[in-house]
Amino acid sequence: MSNAKMIQSDVSSVLTLQEMAEIDHELEHIPYKSGAAIDALKIIQAGRGWVSDECLQAIAKYLGMSSEELEGVATFYNLIYRRPVGEKVILFCDSVSCWISGCDSVKQTLSDTLGVDYGETTKDNRYTLLPVPCLGACDRAPVMMVGDDLVTHLDDNKINELFSAGKTGDQS
Amino acid sequence: MGKVLTRNIEPGKAPTDMAAYEANGGYQGLRKAMSGMSPQDCREVVSASNLRGRGGAGFPTGMKWSFVPMDDKCTPGHKYLVCNADEMEPGAFKDRLLMEYDPHQLIEGMILSAYCIGADISYIFIRGEYIVAIERLRKALEECYAKGYLGENILGSGYKLEMYVHPSAGRYICGEETALINALEGKRANPRAKPPFPQVSGLWGRPTIVNNVETLCNIPHIIDRGADWFKSLGVGEDAGTKLFGVSGRVKNPGCWELPMGTPIREILENHAGGMQDGLQLKGFLPGGGSTDFLTSDHLDLAMDYNVIGKAGSRMGTGTMIILDDQTCPVGMVLNLIRFFAHESCGFCTPCRDGLPWTRQVLEDIEQGRGKVEDLDTLEYQINYIGAIGNTHCALAPGAMEPLQSALKYFREDFERHISGGCCPYHSGRGA
Repeated sequence: MSNAKMIQSDVSSVLTLQEMAEIDHELEHIPYKSGAAIDALKIIQAGRGWVSDECLQAIAKYLGMSSEELEGVATFYNLIYRRPVGEKVILFCDSVSCWISGCDSVKQTLSDTLGVDYGETTKDNRYTLLPVPCLGACDRAPVMMVGDDLVTHLDDNKINELFSAGKTGDQS
Repeated sequence: MGKVLTRNIEPGKAPTDMAAYEANGGYQGLRKAMSGMSPQDCREVVSASNLRGRGGAGFPTGMKWSFVPMDDKCTPGHKYLVCNADEMEPGAFKDRLLMEYDPHQLIEGMILSAYCIGADISYIFIRGEYIVAIERLRKALEECYAKGYLGENILGSGYKLEMYVHPSAGRYICGEETALINALEGKRANPRAKPPFPQVSGLWGRPTIVNNVETLCNIPHIIDRGADWFKSLGVGEDAGTKLFGVSGRVKNPGCWELPMGTPIREILENHAGGMQDGLQLKGFLPGGGSTDFLTSDHLDLAMDYNVIGKAGSRMGTGTMIILDDQTCPVGMVLNLIRFFAHESCGFCTPCRDGLPWTRQVLEDIEQGRGKVEDLDTLEYQINYIGAIGNTHCALAPGAMEPLQSALKYFREDFERHISGGCCPYHSGRGA
């Protein structure tokens, strides 16, 4: 087996055809393969929730990069997860306008309610809590994102409403 | 003044689609340009309008574009227009509004700007958390391709442009234009050394212009209605309107489109409704987290680039953050320095090590462990990493702006923390 074929078969035992097709689609308007590094990481994460070592190595091979170089890229960006996360990631804004509006005490309530601090995932694997730079909704502070949803005007009551026992965690 | 940038925007209501945008004069600027204006004609109108970049630096847009090699002065290949939609400056929340509620205005501005510089590929580099804006921009792009406003031979002019929405994977530093370009190239977002400037050698080594969302949103109106009309909108030195925002403990935080040069007091009192009951204004950052504090002595200043500059701060993004008299100024600066220390890309030592050091000193002061000498350490950091040229990019100097002005205006508060051995505000938000 040629080296290229071996690499290809290694990669295709990890990445799905769909994932490779999506990466190829990005490559159509990118002049160098490594230019799709972040896109590829995001494609893999979109389907799997996070980027495992195995996936990282497969992407690196697919794009003709060293896995060290790709690791340097992956760990630079706060929205690329190199560890497993829960079903939804909570991005909690702790920047200045939210801080002035009392986000520290809301964060404490949130941590107490979910039983997790920053970087941790709830025991039921539903939520991972992470801090995030200013979410650009400062007129509605304090704010956070739960999965894809922006939740504004946070206070203890809102946290209780969203996460108290028995709730599904779906926000409107 | 009639609204310009926000004329189609009503938060809470449906976003403006192609039909609604066109019914209200949308794509008139594009039609005008494509039926008889050369790129040079368009550039001249934008230069004459005195439009200045709305991302924070206030650099004249026409001049920025003038460095792009045109026609026979440019080697064959792509040129790029990139929209910086990576709104991550603490306290900034204006571009979100423009993109969520009127995506076509931004796209029309980008098509025209790309035409001005002869770009054939354009990207909207948008922060990944702006889920709603990403979705609405993608839908608007589809509408544009279907209508022939993007792709080959736009409106029969022979001009060709592709446009992509590129959601970012995070990090504040991506807002720095050369870091943004590295992120678009799939690399770590370390800023690049300048020169070469992106206008000459940017994305993939090709001429590239990076403009802020709000800057680009102005372009259709300037092309459609002319430079003199645009200049007449400002009430002070600067041209046009501006999205001004207020956050913090005021009665009515929000974002409003007002004439450039509107007095700070008018924004704060008439639009933001003044301070919440029982609170007094202590100070404010006029344009986001990396601008110097101003105080109640400055309320009658006009929100113009040069006026705010002469007062010792920057207009930045035009989104003010209010410090009230019951919030600890040391705690507020600590929050900002924590942010900047966390967001340092780590490339240069003064920023990577100096910001965490500064954060540690501020934590000690805020938590009652501060010593009088700590204030000298802070002054040292301000003079060292605050000086442009000692760091690789403007992140650390920007971080020093709120700190240096807090020490200037609120030094007594720092001293009270040290002499009393605790935070005198006891707000519970300090540590």
